[in-house]
Amino acid sequence: MLIKKQYDVVVIGSGPGGLAAAIDAKKSGADDILVIERDVELGGILLQCIHNGFGLQTFKEDLPGPEYAQRYINEARTLGITFLMDTMVMDVTSQRRLYLSSRDFGYLEVDAHAIVLAMGCRERTRAQVRLPGYRPNGVFTAGTAQRWVNVEGYMPGNKFVILGSGDIGMIMARRLTFEGAHVERVLEIQSYLSGLSRNYVQCLEDWGIPLQLNHTIKKIMGKNRVEAIEAVAVDEKWNFIPGTEEVIPCDTLLLSVGLIPENELSKKAGVALDPVTGGPFVDEHFQTSVPGIFAAGNVVHVYDLVDYVSMAGSEAGRSAAEFALAEKARAARYIPLVPGKNVRYIVPHKLDKKALEKGDISLQMRVTRPIEEDVWLEVRGDENSIVRRSERYVRPGEMVTIVLKPKMAAEVEKTGKLTVDIYPKSEA
Amino acid sequence: MEASVQEKYDYIVIGGGVVGAMIARWLSRYEGRLLLIEKEADIGMGCSSANTAIVHAGYDPLPGSLKALMNVRANPMWDQLAGELNFPFERRGDYVVAIGEEELPLVEKLLQQGIQNGVPGMMMIDAGEMRSRERDINPDVSGALWATTGGICDPFQVTVAAAENAVINGATVLLNTKFEDFIWEGNRVIGVKTNRGDFYARWVINSAGIYSDAVMHKAGVRPEFIIKPRKGEYFIFDRAEVQIHNVLFPVPSSRGKGILVTGTLHENTIVGPNGNVIDDKEDTSMTKEGMDELLDGAKKLIPSLNLRHSIANFVGLRPMGNGPCYTPGINYNNDYVIEVPSSVQGFVNLGGIESPGLTSAPAIAEMVVDLMKDAGEEFVAKKDWDPIRPGRPRYAHMTHQERKLLCDMDPRYARVICRCENVTEGEIVAEIHAPVPAHTYDAIKRRTWLGTGRCQAGFDMTRVVAILARELGVSPFEITKRGQGSEYLYRTTKDVEVANVN
Amino acid sequence: MEERNYICTACPMGCKLIVRMEGDEVVKILGNRCRKGETFGRQEAIAPQRMLASTVRVPNGFHPLLPVYTKGSIPKRKILEVLEKIRDVEVMAPIKAEDVIIANVIGTGVDVIASRDMPAKN
Repeated sequence: MLIKKQYDVVVIGSGPGGLAAAIDAKKSGADDILVIERDVELGGILLQCIHNGFGLQTFKEDLPGPEYAQRYINEARTLGITFLMDTMVMDVTSQRRLYLSSRDFGYLEVDAHAIVLAMGCRERTRAQVRLPGYRPNGVFTAGTAQRWVNVEGYMPGNKFVILGSGDIGMIMARRLTFEGAHVERVLEIQSYLSGLSRNYVQCLEDWGIPLQLNHTIKKIMGKNRVEAIEAVAVDEKWNFIPGTEEVIPCDTLLLSVGLIPENELSKKAGVALDPVTGGPFVDEHFQTSVPGIFAAGNVVHVYDLVDYVSMAGSEAGRSAAEFALAEKARAARYIPLVPGKNVRYIVPHKLDKKALEKGDISLQMRVTRPIEEDVWLEVRGDENSIVRRSERYVRPGEMVTIVLKPKMAAEVEKTGKLTVDIYPKSEA
Repeated sequence: MEASVQEKYDYIVIGGGVVGAMIARWLSRYEGRLLLIEKEADIGMGCSSANTAIVHAGYDPLPGSLKALMNVRANPMWDQLAGELNFPFERRGDYVVAIGEEELPLVEKLLQQGIQNGVPGMMMIDAGEMRSRERDINPDVSGALWATTGGICDPFQVTVAAAENAVINGATVLLNTKFEDFIWEGNRVIGVKTNRGDFYARWVINSAGIYSDAVMHKAGVRPEFIIKPRKGEYFIFDRAEVQIHNVLFPVPSSRGKGILVTGTLHENTIVGPNGNVIDDKEDTSMTKEGMDELLDGAKKLIPSLNLRHSIANFVGLRPMGNGPCYTPGINYNNDYVIEVPSSVQGFVNLGGIESPGLTSAPAIAEMVVDLMKDAGEEFVAKKDWDPIRPGRPRYAHMTHQERKLLCDMDPRYARVICRCENVTEGEIVAEIHAPVPAHTYDAIKRRTWLGTGRCQAGFDMTRVVAILARELGVSPFEITKRGQGSEYLYRTTKDVEVANVN
Repeated sequence: MEERNYICTACPMGCKLIVRMEGDEVVKILGNRCRKGETFGRQEAIAPQRMLASTVRVPNGFHPLLPVYTKGSIPKRKILEVLEKIRDVEVMAPIKAEDVIIANVIGTGVDVIASRDMPAKN
């Protein structure tokens, strides 16, 4: 595999948003598409979401996360999209240049006509909910535990308390129960469930796992590894209610306290972020405040259903392709002006071929050395001469000008570059 | 790293904090076998791992105290030290900020105290100047003391670098090795008993930090000396949300230097510490009251601070001792103890090395060597002593060009494991096999800053555990966060029969 | 007449269902917003069914575990038994998504199938 210097569309992230964006960008006519994934395989977090409930909208089927991803991966693979795995995007500029750190390809610089940001979201951590007590091992986000249990095959505990009734937390409660662990309690500081009711039924109620609303953690106990947590009831302002404390012995505390869009790269690219969603401001095509940079999925705001993430990805992919094709067409109108024999430089450096139809264009240049005899000033296309005129002499101190006329437009149109030579007539 | 029992050394340092590591580094200049023992799974896990990371100018300690003497002597040593040991250090200067006119005289008094201590480069700046230097400062600011020689460092790296430099020069560092008692020959200490056997030496140096009182009592020295931990709680803020570049102190109170708001070398802002005196030497728990106290304190300096942007908290214990003032006749009872006691031979005794202990560490190390000389030790300088501890690449801080070169040399540097802090597999592997190796998650974290960002290890944790297991040739079940008892994994997902479920 | 309350799990809407029973017979279902809800309510009142997802060991797999699920729902009371069965299974890579891992698991008439492709370890 060869990594090009320039792509039509570069998609950052291969979760549901990124895969859908890549597929639809390709279907909308963009040729060179690069998907960058920091993990060693495609699919993103869906790969660890082995429970069903995905795809009811898109496929009219109740699929587990890996299979939902698999269908998009299979489609993307047949379309000839380039995938770069085990690769981290270190930097993105507003000029759409990306710096990549890749296990297999080293440190790379890639330019894109359009970019789709599809980095997804991250989990809120212990510090953001400010849990007092010790900082022992055994406090994990639900997603970290999910990766261990479902993908890497390890149990990070035997006796769990889960803080937060988010979907991942409830789903992990059932998953851990299925693998022989005990889930003592799910605590929710709010007076209502924060995830879907169906997950309460299937994951907690079915398996007799108690949920306590209006409860949180007063203290984490255990210095090296969690030994217990002290749960406490809270009032409507989330103040602890004295006398309601209860010590629950456990070896692991899982946190399912919300998700935040992951936008560190967006910031590097100068994309403006909405302080409410934490994601970029976007238009109806999911274009961000930086032209040519689009964003789709949980990087924009946190969705409850993956099907909607894919739909957003598709729209962003289509829009990115449209932008890239327009950008490419615009770029293709330009041809470079190349200093040839005895020419040091030419201004302008490049030329919009269409502009010549509208009027004269003068090329200004300086020569590399004095030539004190009759000279030809000649502008050449790839194959033939376009214009030639003579001068009595040329000197570096005196600027030389050649004018291109609209009547030459047809000849210029055919060529990929223009070369200017200045040489003695005696050498012609 | 394994040492057989009953090994003979010339010098044994008890305690691998920044002071112990610095003493080991100073002793490694001289001929002789040198051993540093540390009870934890890594060096620098006590006071040295949880502090404000400031190299103090020296205006705060009481004139005449050993604290003042050590601080002012050590401060100018840091530039050379940072250059030789390759740890991050910046002389940013620091500010003591007066809020409201009534605080201004207190700050001016501090300036006079600094002059008395011999601190160079201090001046008062007015409110307008302070506001222009820190736009988020409390608008009620009335002026500030600006101490240009104040600095900030990365205290974990200082400790590691000093210990590694000692190892490079022939010292041995033994982790998970706990001092239990002294071995005697008459009134001479000739070694230490530990959980890993007996080690003999001509000199034993007590640098046991929060437990230095227990160690000196075993030597029969200063039975009246006790350490009371002073607990400092801290918040760390997301650098993407809060950007305070300066080191800002409030006016000091009887409880210490007060709650600071300060930038760090990682550009995260930290807030802390409070300073409540507690009894339990193991109590590093964060309290709800402490969190509220920190926020109130910080808002006094920077009213716009929002706790929503905090990404982590930590707690450090300061070993506050009850040592009498170094200068006789001054009524002060929290001074450092640094001595060769007359009652015991072959024993250097340190105690109560609280703030400015990090700053003072190199001067303390120098003083320990001088005291040993005074007691008759004839040091012979090593001809091949190497003052340099080479630095290791930090991917996050490199230019695009530097990264490209590094990745071409070793593709493990191209594999980013911690995505918030951009720490690579190459850096992790290098730390695991370093002169003072990192064998726990936290040891790697302290050295590389991995897992300290916004996601707080959510992404890297499973991967780092796997890399540690691979590099150490052990099962992932043996990998710990900070030593035995802090394992990550209990069993494989499918081995339900081994589950200890009741 | 008896009234039972359920939350429908057929889709993420989470409709609150009221199922009116006459003995063992369902006579009326209220609160559903679609026909799936009616089917769910009837089933839930008589013999609840669930889909099940878990993992099986793949000793030579790119990952040590292969995610699997039941192609269709199975009686809720059989879930623990099916899990026991799944725990005993070991498969060899390569595997394709939807490959049958356990056919007609414990006679439920439902297959346990692979949730994804699983290449072999390289």
